[in-house]
Amino acid sequence: MLRIDGLNAWYGEAQVLRDVALEVASGEVVTLCGRNGAGKTTLLRSVMGLHTQQRGAISLRGTDLTKKPAHSRARLGLGWVQDDRGSYATLTVTENLTLPPRVGPRSWSLDRIYEMFPNLYERRSSPATKLSGGEQQMLALARVLRMGAELLLCDEPTEGLSPLLVQRVGEILRLVKADGGTVLLVEQNLHFATTVADRHHLLAEGRVVESLDNTEVRNRERELLAYLGI
Amino acid sequence: MTNFLEQTFNGLVSGSFLALLALGLAVIFGLLRVVNFAHGAIYMLGAFGAYVLADELGLSFWAALIAVPLGLAVVGVVLERAFIHRLTRLDPLYNFLLTFGLTLILQDLVKARYGVQSSPYAVPSALSGSVDLGLFEFPAYRVFVLAMSVAICVGVWALLTRTRIGMVVRAATERPELTRAFGIDVGRWITPVFGFGVALAGLAGVLAAPMRAVHPLMGADLIIVVFAVVVIGGLGSIFGSVAVGFVIGVLQVWAEAYAPESWRALIAQTLPFLLMAVVLLWRPAGLFGREETA
Repeated sequence: MLRIDGLNAWYGEAQVLRDVALEVASGEVVTLCGRNGAGKTTLLRSVMGLHTQQRGAISLRGTDLTKKPAHSRARLGLGWVQDDRGSYATLTVTENLTLPPRVGPRSWSLDRIYEMFPNLYERRSSPATKLSGGEQQMLALARVLRMGAELLLCDEPTEGLSPLLVQRVGEILRLVKADGGTVLLVEQNLHFATTVADRHHLLAEGRVVESLDNTEVRNRERELLAYLGI
Repeated sequence: MTNFLEQTFNGLVSGSFLALLALGLAVIFGLLRVVNFAHGAIYMLGAFGAYVLADELGLSFWAALIAVPLGLAVVGVVLERAFIHRLTRLDPLYNFLLTFGLTLILQDLVKARYGVQSSPYAVPSALSGSVDLGLFEFPAYRVFVLAMSVAICVGVWALLTRTRIGMVVRAATERPELTRAFGIDVGRWITPVFGFGVALAGLAGVLAAPMRAVHPLMGADLIIVVFAVVVIGGLGSIFGSVAVGFVIGVLQVWAEAYAPESWRALIAQTLPFLLMAVVLLWRPAGLFGREETA
């Protein structure tokens, strides 16, 4: 579904991605792991079209995304879950959910969203930034479900959440996968990653240095945690 | 008491112009991040537009009230497409300088054609009398100006808070990059929003024509106060800009009416800037402004 080839990216003079190549198949959940500054978020932002100082090939279902702006990429089926939850203070919860257009056949109805996330229903008329951190994370995930995005780009959706809410995020991602959705996930929590993902790419200094399946990650968890500095 | 209420009403009318101009500036700044220095010159063009339509084409105030803002909206769209959007990726100072230069050009063009003296514009006959407000009589035209500006501010507020267009504009104003990532072409909204903001300035100019001296520098005098209003309200905050516009209008008129006689003009003129300094020290983002987000 997603193919990245020879991707290089810079912030000014500093190169942050170097010849990154990876593929994500339809229905897969794939994680990007690495220390802070390894280039994980830049890779995700490059796929979304939010980081423009880049060179290389990115395609979605065979459609070249390289010259397409972020809003066109979203309409082709990319769903963005930002690391800071991306809540709008000037929009209510319902407005946050209905702002993006519905782009795919898997788009959830508002009723289904509110059934799945009763907390959001109770706070539906509140400004989104009045929600707790966990509720805002649920809102960010609910928003891309409402869009019906085919490929979710999730940047550390479990960061700062309680273990109970981390579990909840896992349930949602597994639900997306069971529904035929695809996820590219930036995740520092290796244990969590193995509970939701099929494959893992380890990034260091802007390169993919290892690609591992779940069994390999579980077998080498201690070594990998030490490598990630966790 | 009657005098106080009358002065307060005068202040609200004076604040109407500040509120309409600040509303346009806030809408433009919110989405484009452009401080449109030419806003005062557009206000002046609005007043001159009404004057020219009446003097050279014999068109009524009512026709000018529709035609001038629409015409200036087109001018705004052309300005945005021809100049402003080319500079939006650069430091905001470039667009500030561009609009400052446009102000000088527009003022000098009007000066060259109409001179520096005030041009007369009569109050429309339907609004030439007074209205009995119970405790005092008030000129009908001033009541109309206040009613119009309140109606427009409420209308813009309803547009922004009750419609999908408003929701998109609010989202794009608050977090432009994130909004693009949600499939919304933020750039598509920029030109019409700039045109709309310019039309509001033009409308304020038409409303001002029968009340204030129509001359090439009428906008230059006012725009500095409007900038103070927008900064106090919070850059990009629609509600803040409008509310502070009316409040400053009232405070200035109270100062002119009740401050010690030898200090009146000084206090009325410096009040907006003193308030701005205090508010910036207390809340750097303004009374209703928010810190920037991605």
